[in-house]
Amino acid sequence: MQVQAHHAQTPTERLKDAGAVAFIALLLGIPMLGLTTIDQGGALRVITRWPSLALFVGICFGGRIVLQLAKETLARRRANRPAKAKASEMSANRLQSIIGWGGAGVAAALPLFFSDNRYVVDTATTVLIYVMLGWGLNVVVGLAGLLDLGYVAFYAVGAYTYGLLSTELGWGFWQALPVAGAITAGFGLLLGWPTLRLRGDYLAIVTLGFGEIIRLILVNWTNFSGGPNGISSIPRPGLFGFTFTPPGSGTSIAEAFGFAYAPTQRIIFLYYVILGLALLTNLFVRSMRKLPTGRAWEAVREDEIACKAMGINVTRIKLSAFAIGAMLGGFAGVFFAARQGFISPESFTFSESAIILAIVVLGGMGSQMGVVLASLVLVLLPELGRDFAEYRMLLFGAAMVLIMVWRPGGILSHRAPTLVYVAPGEKA
Amino acid sequence: MAQAIQQLINGLTLGAVYGLIAIGYTMVYGIIGMINFAHGDVYMVSAFIAVTSFTLMAAFGVSSVPVALLAVLVVAILFTSVYGWAIERIAYRPLRGSNRLAPLISAIGMSIFLQNMVQVTQGARVKPITPILPDGIDLFTEGNFTVRLFHTQVLIIVVTVALMAGFTYLITRTSFGRQQRACEQDRTVTLILGYNVDRIISLTFMIGASLAAVAGVMVTVYYGVVDFFIGFVVGIKAFTAAVLGGVGSLPGAMLGGLIIGMIEAFWASYLSAEYKDVASFAILILVLMFRPSGLLGRPEVEKV
Repeated sequence: MQVQAHHAQTPTERLKDAGAVAFIALLLGIPMLGLTTIDQGGALRVITRWPSLALFVGICFGGRIVLQLAKETLARRRANRPAKAKASEMSANRLQSIIGWGGAGVAAALPLFFSDNRYVVDTATTVLIYVMLGWGLNVVVGLAGLLDLGYVAFYAVGAYTYGLLSTELGWGFWQALPVAGAITAGFGLLLGWPTLRLRGDYLAIVTLGFGEIIRLILVNWTNFSGGPNGISSIPRPGLFGFTFTPPGSGTSIAEAFGFAYAPTQRIIFLYYVILGLALLTNLFVRSMRKLPTGRAWEAVREDEIACKAMGINVTRIKLSAFAIGAMLGGFAGVFFAARQGFISPESFTFSESAIILAIVVLGGMGSQMGVVLASLVLVLLPELGRDFAEYRMLLFGAAMVLIMVWRPGGILSHRAPTLVYVAPGEKA
Repeated sequence: MAQAIQQLINGLTLGAVYGLIAIGYTMVYGIIGMINFAHGDVYMVSAFIAVTSFTLMAAFGVSSVPVALLAVLVVAILFTSVYGWAIERIAYRPLRGSNRLAPLISAIGMSIFLQNMVQVTQGARVKPITPILPDGIDLFTEGNFTVRLFHTQVLIIVVTVALMAGFTYLITRTSFGRQQRACEQDRTVTLILGYNVDRIISLTFMIGASLAAVAGVMVTVYYGVVDFFIGFVVGIKAFTAAVLGGVGSLPGAMLGGLIIGMIEAFWASYLSAEYKDVASFAILILVLMFRPSGLLGRPEVEKV
């Protein structure tokens, strides 16, 4: 809402502009960076950190100048260049599918190359859990356009369902998986049914409240959930009645098939379980997108009123997205519980919801590939630099803001239309 | 009876704080139609500024409580309103006019950023300050329960009432208030009439942040402890208050704040302290289900 003069800034204007930015940075920085209090023998004492404040202000000053220059250069270049024909949709789609298959192949072969490296397989398993959660939330946020800030509640419900079924009733992983999926889908309906009439941002707050309610109940209802101590010694998944345990227990798969036992076998097995679950999720979501329900999800996201006018039952469409997203989150939760062997409310805080949301948003809402990319980045970055861990959430937050400002649709915001109109006589 | 009156006092104090923060949510929602998710964290930032300034005051030997309090309020309002301004400028203004989700996600990012920025720069530990107004008045005793009115509680209620009066005057009687309300009704027409809409929105954020700053200082004085996570829960409760009162309605925000404060105080003392947050969230969900326009709000019609 402002008129911009389109002339290049003079150096004085540039300096003035950067000076203003530096001044604001100074005001913002004084109470946080410049001053802090430390606890000294029970009483607080103020200490100053002027050098880091000066550094921060300097960076803001220089950064502003560089950023403005870069922006102007880019704008000039874009103006001079003749409008290039857009890369054809088809080739972009094909490229994505090649990368997708290649990625799946690499993922499937990974344990073969790192069979004795427990760390690599473990980290890859974590990445895949986030990929699966991201794909589940993608249905709700990316496809149906419903902002869910309490997705972790469904993850928690899935995890606790398996935790309780296995420790209290002795159920196995594969028995509990569908049941937990059904229960979490039920929770999705329970939350969605009364609230989906709400507008986008109200829904966001309600889901956030729901997530917190579930967590607070898990913390406080000690008889049911074990309270803050959680549930421990949750059994690991087996395969057709065999378990990945040392020989001698009678059900050991190594003993039954006569191969040497190694502890990493269980890790690798878990990795393949989550890989299978994730790939199934992907397949499922991709097929859903081609079905009327899935198409309606995207239509509701784009324009709800138009959908109502077209006779689509908006509430039912939203509910289906919510329930399916919840179910996928529940599956991921079951796997999480089985893999950790221990769950507590600590793992299901709002910041976990925020991380999953960040994965969906940063990757590009609605893009399956973007979720994989974002999970890789967000899980691997902190792993690569341990000192970095303290700044992880800080950078998360900053990245969420910057990416939204830069590309409000996410990094890979390419939303392939499921139907393309081809005029008669024109080739697709 | 005595316990009920004590809870009434506590609820009133809590409600005043929620109300002050809720106004920030309501004003921003009214003018640009988005939930400023980072507002709770603005309040948290101001609480930290208050801790630092109180400690500085003590170091400089300012012993007069009113002087110290006033100085800290001014400092906190100044710096916090700069935060309010910067948040709008960086995270929301570039997204004005884009889809509905983008600003909300940007706001969540801002909230995460602020929380962790404070954690990194100020430390993750709880910060206790030396009590500033530790005394109170014993009102009456019934059995072995003494109803006590702390000076801080009087302070919070008096300051809140004064601020509300000033604020109501600002919105209903001044030129800026008229511009602000015009903006709320129709931004484009306000722009056509020659008002600087960007400036009005910036000022709205700064006023909201100032009220949150006052709340932050008051809470620091009241509880005496601050940590980087306080903004999250208080923010949600204040938002609940805004929704309960009717988003966009200023008296509604105050009323909602009082109701939430009362419910929390009574719930914690008569039912269970562990589930007091559950009660607030459940109220939020129930209000949105059955009366989305709140107690004093106007129903919203979605236009194509």
